[in-house]
Amino acid sequence: MTGIVSYGVYVPKYRIKVEEIAKVWKEDPESIKKGLKVNQKSAPGQDEDTATIAVEAARNAIKRQEISGEEIEAIYVGSESHPYAVKPTATIVAEAIKATPNLTAADYEFACKAGTAGIQNCMGLVNSDMAKMGMAIGADVSQGAPGDALEYTAGSGGAAYIIGKEDVIAKIKKTTSYTTDTPDFWRREGERYPRHGGRFTGKPGYFSHVIGATKSLMDKMDTEPNEYDYAVFHQPNGKFPVRAAKKLGFNKKQYQDCLVVNKIGNTYSGSTLIGLASVLDESSPGDKIIATSYGSGAGSDSFHIEVTSKIKEVREKGPKVNYFLEESKYLSYGEYARNKEKVR
Amino acid sequence: MNIPRFWRKINNRYNLMGTKCENCGQTYFPPRNICPNCRREGEIVEHSFEDEIGELITYTIIRSAAEDHEKETPYILGIIELEENTRLTSQIVNCEIEDVEIGMKLKPVFRKLGEQSKDGLLFYGVKFSPIGKEE
Amino acid sequence: MKDVAVVGVGITEFGEKWNSSFREIFLNAGIQALEDAGVKGEDIDEAYIGNMSAGRFIAQEHVSALIADYAGLSEMNVPATRVEAACASGGLALRQGFLSVASGVQDTVVVGGVEKMTDVQSEQSVEILAAASDREWEAFYGATFPGLYALIANRHIHKYGTTRDQIAQVAVKNHYNATMNPKAQFQNKITKEMVKNATKVADPLTLFDSSPITDGAAAVVLVPAEKAHQYTDNPVYITGSGQASDTISIHDRNDITTIESTKAAAQTAYKMANKDQSDIDVAEVHDCFTIAEILAIEDLGFCEKGKGGKMVEEGITELDGKLPINPSGGLKACGHPVGATGIKQAVEITNHLRGEAGERQVEADVGLCHNVGGSGGTATVHILSREEQK
Repeated sequence: MTGIVSYGVYVPKYRIKVEEIAKVWKEDPESIKKGLKVNQKSAPGQDEDTATIAVEAARNAIKRQEISGEEIEAIYVGSESHPYAVKPTATIVAEAIKATPNLTAADYEFACKAGTAGIQNCMGLVNSDMAKMGMAIGADVSQGAPGDALEYTAGSGGAAYIIGKEDVIAKIKKTTSYTTDTPDFWRREGERYPRHGGRFTGKPGYFSHVIGATKSLMDKMDTEPNEYDYAVFHQPNGKFPVRAAKKLGFNKKQYQDCLVVNKIGNTYSGSTLIGLASVLDESSPGDKIIATSYGSGAGSDSFHIEVTSKIKEVREKGPKVNYFLEESKYLSYGEYARNKEKVR
Repeated sequence: MNIPRFWRKINNRYNLMGTKCENCGQTYFPPRNICPNCRREGEIVEHSFEDEIGELITYTIIRSAAEDHEKETPYILGIIELEENTRLTSQIVNCEIEDVEIGMKLKPVFRKLGEQSKDGLLFYGVKFSPIGKEE
Repeated sequence: MKDVAVVGVGITEFGEKWNSSFREIFLNAGIQALEDAGVKGEDIDEAYIGNMSAGRFIAQEHVSALIADYAGLSEMNVPATRVEAACASGGLALRQGFLSVASGVQDTVVVGGVEKMTDVQSEQSVEILAAASDREWEAFYGATFPGLYALIANRHIHKYGTTRDQIAQVAVKNHYNATMNPKAQFQNKITKEMVKNATKVADPLTLFDSSPITDGAAAVVLVPAEKAHQYTDNPVYITGSGQASDTISIHDRNDITTIESTKAAAQTAYKMANKDQSDIDVAEVHDCFTIAEILAIEDLGFCEKGKGGKMVEEGITELDGKLPINPSGGLKACGHPVGATGIKQAVEITNHLRGEAGERQVEADVGLCHNVGGSGGTATVHILSREEQK
């Protein structure tokens, strides 16, 4: 059965605290931390961008299963911060894992869910025997305008998933999506920073889609929340995934292990995939995972995943999410602004 | 850097692809087409250094850079030994200036090397990072 | 092979010459050399010009023709050739002129070196000079020229225990020498503390460890030794000429702290001159950065490898020391118009051998010029003597 053959994560080592950003905008850090349930976020080095993060994550995935790049016949990179508006990030990744030239590759954009859209595409290619293995990456150096609420959460990081039929460490038994035209968040062509609809991003955006897709998946699988060992949801902040999980009937034990947002912020296209990776890092054969992404604009992809015994052989062969959570160097706002090219 | 000039060595730059002389066994990065030991008797083949752990032979902190690296200063530049007598020049990242020292072990990482201009091509390649505690 | 004599020398003031163009600077030095030699334009058989990067400093290639033209030599159709080996372009031009006369093909050869560096901004000049390194595998990764020498310096410190003070002392000494050189760019004394506390350029090197950006030119007139007395009562002979290559990148060297091209060029020159390092009374060496002078005195054989810092510290290389090094002030204080430096060194040594070096005069019969291209990819060594080679 089609599933996850390997996965790899990368989060830059730099962090900035809510306090440091709040100081610049003369806001109260305690109320922000309480409101968002986020204490700090990840930030890139000045020579890091979505392409470098995607490559590091892709290489970590390749190493974990000792796969040769030539076996990867499709690469999709989902991001809303591709370094080029025109010219794919996916070809950079393909070259950097020696997958060229016999593969198909493309970049995706669907706000924060472009990475999971890539997984679904890879599943389609693998299921139809169009590709032996495909790689889907969600990676971002997320943008938040100076002074915008997003600036407290917009983090940097990514994860790569190799999808195939053989040697899977986790089967993807089903995926389902829930998509509408809901303009809760956008960035116009040529603009540097996204805009958003404030509280409109909540109920009509995040909750309606995450809950819609997750319920639809459980209906189709005929499962109940208590049958899952882990529930992973997109993490724009620390509050939304918890509230969605509770509304859906999941308990703390099921959702708490995947919550990395308080340490690295919202890594946008990387968010759900890094959350899922942190669960795979700790899961046991037979564990059932439900994972649901969310992309503004708006849509959710939900996955029913079952871990196989193969996970034990490969899990330790790549850096775990925890490794990246521990590695951290704190930046001042000035250093952060420089690295993010907010000062030009 | 002009586009064709960057592009034609993309595999070498992205993946630390060097060369090796099958006659004497010496490896080369940057890649060489002629082995200085064996010259025409040598037989040069591709040789990958991508998983190689390097050692810092010497370093400096560049405070005043050329135009195309002006915005990166200060940065650590080093000579890294990949295998015996195979050395290259690159930047050391993920490392504080106070922490850099000769002899430190380094792993290759994929980073932006620069850009042609604000609206020009982006250049990527290998820099080096200190090995983390768990590695 | 004929013996070769220097019968005329000329040099401009070194510095930021905002009012002078490339061609004007060169002419100034060239005319001085011809006047000094008493040579007329009609007598000139050939000209060689050392120049590193007119193409990028002033967007002018084909400078040999430009110079021949503006020197009034185009009507005589004098062949003019530009030679380039980065900062060793001048040394190379001198060697070409030497070979041209020594071979017997030409009789009267003018050799010049020139660089006009201040028409570009300093970041651009850093970029242009970095082209002397391996553009694809050094400069592209962020290496600058000071950076490459800083890599050598840190390795030298690590390997031999050379101290920051010893390195700084090179700049102090060369600045002091330059106070007696009216052509020098910097004619002020400095202290070790000033060197160490100056703006950092590439650790451990500061601005005061570095040679400056300079406009300037120098020229010499060469003739066969047998004809030297037609022009001067005080000829100086080029008795040894050596040139050698090393890897363009320092990362490819077995020993990063040794410049093999310097060693090889010196051996060739010593052998040709039938001398060794102990015969040298005065030397102009390539101190583009302070550490480079330490490398030079080691690789030229003046001291054991690794002891260069100590030799400087002990004052042996000072003007009144046993072996005065860089009486002109060196590249550091006299200035470093890259293409001109190799010729300037020959002018300086000639002046000392003639006894015309003024306040900074060193008693000397045999002198040495050492010019380095890039981080040592090329080196030239010339030995000049008051006595004709026997």
